[in-house]
Amino acid sequence: MEKENSRRSFIKNMSLATFSALALSGCDTKALDEFLQENFKELSKKEKDRIIKNLEAKYKKQYGKDFHVSAKPAIDRTLFGYALDLSRCIGCRKCVYACVDENNQSRDPQIHWIQVLQMENEKGIDFAHSNIHYNPEEVPEDGHFYLPVACQQCRNPQCTTVCPTKATWTEPDGIVVVDYNWCIGCRYCMAACPYGARHFNWGEPTVPTEEMKTELHYLGNRPRKKGVVEKCTFCIQRAREGKYPSCVEVCPVGARKFGNLLDPESEIRYILENKRVLILKEELNTQPKFYYFFGI
Amino acid sequence: MNFIRFALGSIKIVFKGSRVYYAWLIFLFLLIVWGGFGYAGQLSHGLIKTHMRDSVSWAFYIGNFTFLVGVAAAAVMLVIPAYVYNWKPIKEIVIFGELLAVCAVIMCISFIVVDIGNPLKFWHMLPIVGTMNFPSSMLSWDFFVLLIYLLINLFVVTYLLYCIFYKKEYNKSIVLPIVLFSIPMAVAIHTVTAFLYNALPARVFWNSALLAPRFLASAFCSGPAILLILFQILRKTTKFEIKDEAIWRIAELMVYAMFIYLFFTLAELFKEFYSGTEHILYWKYLLFGLGENKEIVVYSWSSIIMGVIAFFIFLIPRTRKNLFTLNIGIVLIYFSVYIEKGIALIIPGFTPDVLGQIYVYTPSMTEIRTAAMIFSLGFLLFTFLSKIAIAIIFDNYNIDSLKQKVKIKKIA
Ligand code: SF4
Ligand code: SF4
Repeated sequence: MEKENSRRSFIKNMSLATFSALALSGCDTKALDEFLQENFKELSKKEKDRIIKNLEAKYKKQYGKDFHVSAKPAIDRTLFGYALDLSRCIGCRKCVYACVDENNQSRDPQIHWIQVLQMENEKGIDFAHSNIHYNPEEVPEDGHFYLPVACQQCRNPQCTTVCPTKATWTEPDGIVVVDYNWCIGCRYCMAACPYGARHFNWGEPTVPTEEMKTELHYLGNRPRKKGVVEKCTFCIQRAREGKYPSCVEVCPVGARKFGNLLDPESEIRYILENKRVLILKEELNTQPKFYYFFGI
Repeated sequence: MNFIRFALGSIKIVFKGSRVYYAWLIFLFLLIVWGGFGYAGQLSHGLIKTHMRDSVSWAFYIGNFTFLVGVAAAAVMLVIPAYVYNWKPIKEIVIFGELLAVCAVIMCISFIVVDIGNPLKFWHMLPIVGTMNFPSSMLSWDFFVLLIYLLINLFVVTYLLYCIFYKKEYNKSIVLPIVLFSIPMAVAIHTVTAFLYNALPARVFWNSALLAPRFLASAFCSGPAILLILFQILRKTTKFEIKDEAIWRIAELMVYAMFIYLFFTLAELFKEFYSGTEHILYWKYLLFGLGENKEIVVYSWSSIIMGVIAFFIFLIPRTRKNLFTLNIGIVLIYFSVYIEKGIALIIPGFTPDVLGQIYVYTPSMTEIRTAAMIFSLGFLLFTFLSKIAIAIIFDNYNIDSLKQKVKIKKIA
């Protein structure tokens, strides 16, 4: 394995040195370092630590605040799952903005990991007749119900299958993540995802410095650059610390439930066993870990 | 050493030419500059300069890519009829077909490069230096087959021209197997490109087994179109001899391709409209628009109308065998397929999007300029390569003419 690695990096250094020197002449060595950085999954612990230290320094310089970037791996015997109570959701979009805030999503151009669809009661779950841009004085509106959609954390994700660079993968705790440094921005995953869950940084993302969250995870809410894809990670920076994702905490009607699917005592297991749940587009065999149910 | 002389000799040819030739070069050059500035804007601001957004995340660029894969594939497949009917200039048809294929593949790769968010990180998808997702990702496959296809075609033309240049007999046992191999490869690049879209269950518009066959059929209309024009120019300006019969035969083959394409499309339309499931939405968007959103309709209908007129021009013997009407048909079918691949194939795949929302996409100025840049670069390359090939094949430009010049210089 060691040998394999050194051969790889040797060939890589050889073939890329000239090219990158050309491409980055004028940039400092840090940029070159970042450019040559390998896929996160292939980095050793030592390399990860070094990269994270560099990142923290870089963010500090850029935003003038102290940041903590974590690379905490998955905890054993956890498989995160999510359940959303359709009978409670009122379509207030509080989760959308809590998510934007917690995960440092670009304000302009605007990126929303959660999309809330307004559906007609009479039609049931029918995407073709749903409306994302509903904007009444007060929600909920008569005759409608609301269906928030974010990444469904598929057990059989199309997005990771099609990615030509393995820049996106499923972590052992079931969270599908993106290495923002490795993603080349080909957007094949966006074409493949059946839930519109992946979002692209079409322009340079902007987040006001004072609103920038400082507790970061490498695979989660750290600042992104233009030209890469991002998506919901169940708030990986919170979930792996034993906290609820922001959307769960903020929901005013308690429609959102989150927990460890492998823990028989968890609330999420209780819901799966005692409520009738449904998943979106089950015919595509994506096998989501995001469930919808009717609690009342 | 020999090869260097061959290369240097070739470069010299490129700079010699008539006024018309230079005017053509200047025209291409201006287009490249105009397009290049558009692309520069995209490089510095990001893909936000295009009209693609999260709903329609692939569009005009990838459409152009698809179109050019078709051109690259069909150019080489023309070798089959040339072989079967034993057309005289078969070697020339192989050479020009493969030259076109080489240029088209280079343009394909350029369209991918301008389409990705981080072109500098392109190496991430290579084996060994990067982490190629092979065999899972169709994009890896596509890149792989395109690269092989590029290399074998490049090898064959260079080798053939090199032999003619040095007045050597080329080695048939090397060339023939590779040329034969390049034919299934031509089918492969196009099929794999179709699978790129086909393999996405999330996009029902593409999730039909007829997609790949329709792809191939339409490529067989557009690829030969370019070669037919080229052959006519060559016939007028050089010693290249191709009989009218051969041109008509190619046109006849194109009619078959068009007919097959039409048949497949009608079969697809019947299935969609008769069963009338919600999948019909995408076709409706393409052909009639949904509600207020009709922006794409002019593209699809102009493609259909041009295609149908071309079909009849090619079908009726009188118009097929008249070079004037035939050329009109060629231009029409070329643009019909171009719009079909560039817009009509891609956009309905994304509209309405997976959550049922409609984002109306039409290409932005930046996209059009970038595409113009790549097309003119490709045409420039093709002009240069054809010029070299013409000089070597028809004007007896060879190693002796290089030597003679040296002698003349010495005497002077
Ligand atoms: S919802 Fe989309 S982004 Fe999330 S895991 Fe499934 S395919 Fe991937
Ligand atoms: S956009 Fe990034 S994550 Fe998505 S398929 Fe391409 S390289 Fe992979």
